[in-house]
Amino acid sequence: MAKYNLKINGKTRAVDVDPSTPILWVLRDHLQLVGTKYGCGIAQCGSCTIHLNGTAMRSCMLPVSSIGKSEITTIEGLSEKVDHPVQKAWIEHDVAQCGYCQSGQIMTAAALLRDNPNPSEEDIEATMSGNICRCGTYLRIKEAIITASKM
Amino acid sequence: MNNTTNTYNRRSFLKSSALAGGGLMLSFNWITKASASEKLEAVLADQWSELTGYIKITPDNIIKIYNPNPEFGQNVMTSLPMMVAEELDVDWKNITVEMGYHDNVKLGPQFTGGSNSIRMYWKPLREAGAAARQMLRQAAANAWGVPIEEITTKSGMLHHSNGKSAKYGDMASQAAALPIPKDLKLKAPKDFTIISKSKKNVEGKKLVSGQPLFGMDYYAEGMLIAMIQHPPAFGMKLSSFNATQALKMPGIKDIFSIKLYEDGFEQTGFDTRTFNDLLVVVGKSTWEVMNARKKLSAKWEPAGDIKETINGRGGKKEVIVPGKLETTSAQFELMAEMAKKPAQELRKDGDPESAFKNAATIIERTYNAPFLAHNCMEPMNFFANVSEDKALVAGPVQAPGWIEPTLSKLLNLPPEKIEIQMTRMGGGFGRRAYGQFAFEAALISKKMKAPVKLIYSREDDMTYGIYRPMYTATYRAALDADKNLIGFHVKGGGIPEHPIHANRFPAGAIDNYLAEGWQLPTNITIGAWRAPRSNFNAAAEQSFLDEVAEAMGKDPIQLRLDLLKRAKENPVGKNNDYNPERYAGVLELARNKSGWGKTENSGYSRGIAAYFCHNSYAAHVVDMVTRDGEPYVERVTSAIDCGIVINPDAAINMVQGAVVDGIGNAFYGTLTHKEGVSEQTNFHNYRLIRHNEAPKKIDVHFVQNEIDPTGLGEPPFPPVFGAVANALYKNTGKRYYNQPFTNENNGDI
Repeated sequence: MAKYNLKINGKTRAVDVDPSTPILWVLRDHLQLVGTKYGCGIAQCGSCTIHLNGTAMRSCMLPVSSIGKSEITTIEGLSEKVDHPVQKAWIEHDVAQCGYCQSGQIMTAAALLRDNPNPSEEDIEATMSGNICRCGTYLRIKEAIITASKM
Repeated sequence: MNNTTNTYNRRSFLKSSALAGGGLMLSFNWITKASASEKLEAVLADQWSELTGYIKITPDNIIKIYNPNPEFGQNVMTSLPMMVAEELDVDWKNITVEMGYHDNVKLGPQFTGGSNSIRMYWKPLREAGAAARQMLRQAAANAWGVPIEEITTKSGMLHHSNGKSAKYGDMASQAAALPIPKDLKLKAPKDFTIISKSKKNVEGKKLVSGQPLFGMDYYAEGMLIAMIQHPPAFGMKLSSFNATQALKMPGIKDIFSIKLYEDGFEQTGFDTRTFNDLLVVVGKSTWEVMNARKKLSAKWEPAGDIKETINGRGGKKEVIVPGKLETTSAQFELMAEMAKKPAQELRKDGDPESAFKNAATIIERTYNAPFLAHNCMEPMNFFANVSEDKALVAGPVQAPGWIEPTLSKLLNLPPEKIEIQMTRMGGGFGRRAYGQFAFEAALISKKMKAPVKLIYSREDDMTYGIYRPMYTATYRAALDADKNLIGFHVKGGGIPEHPIHANRFPAGAIDNYLAEGWQLPTNITIGAWRAPRSNFNAAAEQSFLDEVAEAMGKDPIQLRLDLLKRAKENPVGKNNDYNPERYAGVLELARNKSGWGKTENSGYSRGIAAYFCHNSYAAHVVDMVTRDGEPYVERVTSAIDCGIVINPDAAINMVQGAVVDGIGNAFYGTLTHKEGVSEQTNFHNYRLIRHNEAPKKIDVHFVQNEIDPTGLGEPPFPPVFGAVANALYKNTGKRYYNQPFTNENNGDI
């Protein structure tokens, strides 16, 4: 076990966990930040996507020992009032069906728009293809990202 | 914006309801006194009699509507309360929606599956709204000393021509004391102001901000995490284990083996379980339990044949589960052998033998499909807190009323001491109709004397599933010298069930018709998977009809319409369980909306398919192109008849999702075994459709009518497979008979 002071959503959070623990489980089990989802545990589905210093990362294979002073943003910290353009666009297009993968989809989309404010459809497809949606909401995900890019 | 809340604690909820003082709590009794298993059968047979609704209004005019049914993405949290609100006459934006607690007496069947939510709650929920409105009017009439007929309502307000008016909340406590009226007149569809008007998902804001809605997110003070180590193969069982190393791992509380069911345990049809001996690791956190599980040293042995007692559909029976370690290629070979043997006759019209004997041409084709895993994005999980005299369980489950009697037996507690809370489900697709994980969680909690959340890893979820059966079907068509279709024969089989719906189209449209079925047992657990049986049938039958049309020199849509005309005007045989006019309606709508046969679409390889299942009708035109050297479905036009559409935008979303799911499974879906071991374990080797593989456009059109609504979760799904197969033929010149289609050419289409 080891102690870490993690910067998460603008606050410092102290945890005492095994150094190999993926950030996903630190968030979910130790900090009750459960918006970040477990889907596969092997970085194949994207449900666990968070931002590390603004870059989209798969938290399920990211050990807590590797974080250091990097700033973590989770879906809970994407905006204070649920008014990030991607969140607003997601509501406008009523993207979700079951909704389980959507935290990861939104975090991936938000990082995409940060790096590429006016993505083409091809850019969106290329980036979002790492995130699986079992309900098949891909069309609305794309529409919502285009809408968000115009906000 | 609507508010939503989750009733995670029923007792505190009931307490707060009582404390709300004078609130109107309205409920209807679910009349049947049937046992849970009888209710289960009744729901499946659509023979239930009455349902309930639930409304709460406080004096400060907070109006809550309880969604009775579990939510797994079909959007019932929004659409079911819309039906209550319509008759209650309230502003939708002022309504608070809350997930209902489990109570089949007050809230009806509470069953999500079979595309039944809207259909079975259509009348009861509108009646609940209408009854509440009438009681509020009566209360106002009594207070103001005027006849009830003179009281009108508008948007949550009561009015009288003498100028008096009141909020619903003002009259709620008086209304609550009145008897519940019956035989209420409900609105005509033309007068709807909420139903058929698109409403946003009431949980939308929570979903996009990561609020704890799912079973995986459930948390209770002092909660432990449990995982199960299951045998490496179907057909194996635990022999012995050594947990010395694993118990030394940090955070580990206990490691033990328990039996799920005792010998002779009588299972319902939905008590399906993969393995009976559970090797359980319990600890403080998920990662610690995952790591300790890897340190377990376990020995496994062949389970041999197992006798099970099943009391489900069709009564009580003893079933022998064979102990053989199964391999997919051998299973397909065995199916091919079985297909040559005599089978059970399911339906016969006319004289099919003579028709085939006298045929000028016989077309015969065989179709095959593998097991499929559900792959819900949220792996199976459940919370349980079991003590000597009561139990609380919470998690994602499609039918809480089905798990209650089994929990009662396993825990030796009366049903009233078992509280089941329904969390939002991260997908279901039929998987969560089976409560095995809830039973496991409850037994583990009982053993630990502590609150426990059981979690399946993705690997557990995929390799420890209750899968879509393997299917095969051979279709034969007899044509006379003038290329008329004079005979039709389908013989279908599967592991462990055949796929045939003998009374569906094209039964009723062909004079000489024969349907047969056979089945083989297996120890690989199977169950309901989005549109059971139909998900294979539609693929095979609709591909076959495409070939028959080609052989007859007919347009594939026209062939279907001609057959449906016959079925309507002069039906063959009895018990045809589809409406030919509605079936033809979706074909015509798809033909018109897709511009079928128009030259501007000649750049596409087009495939059509249609199907009827779960009381609704669907047709798709798939437009395929070659992209980077591979076939790609770029556009789809969908035509649906599910009667009145409750929430159009959400319904379109559901159809689009079904199309994407259908394309993905048609191309990639497969779960195979070698000596009982699943060859797919996670998303790196079980391919699911991804964003760049989904169509760029899916146009969804609904037949506009005022027919009572039927379901939408399943009906659009099955015909996608057939439409994809038919488009592939146009694109590649090759017919595709074996799912998934990528397998037919060494992984490339």
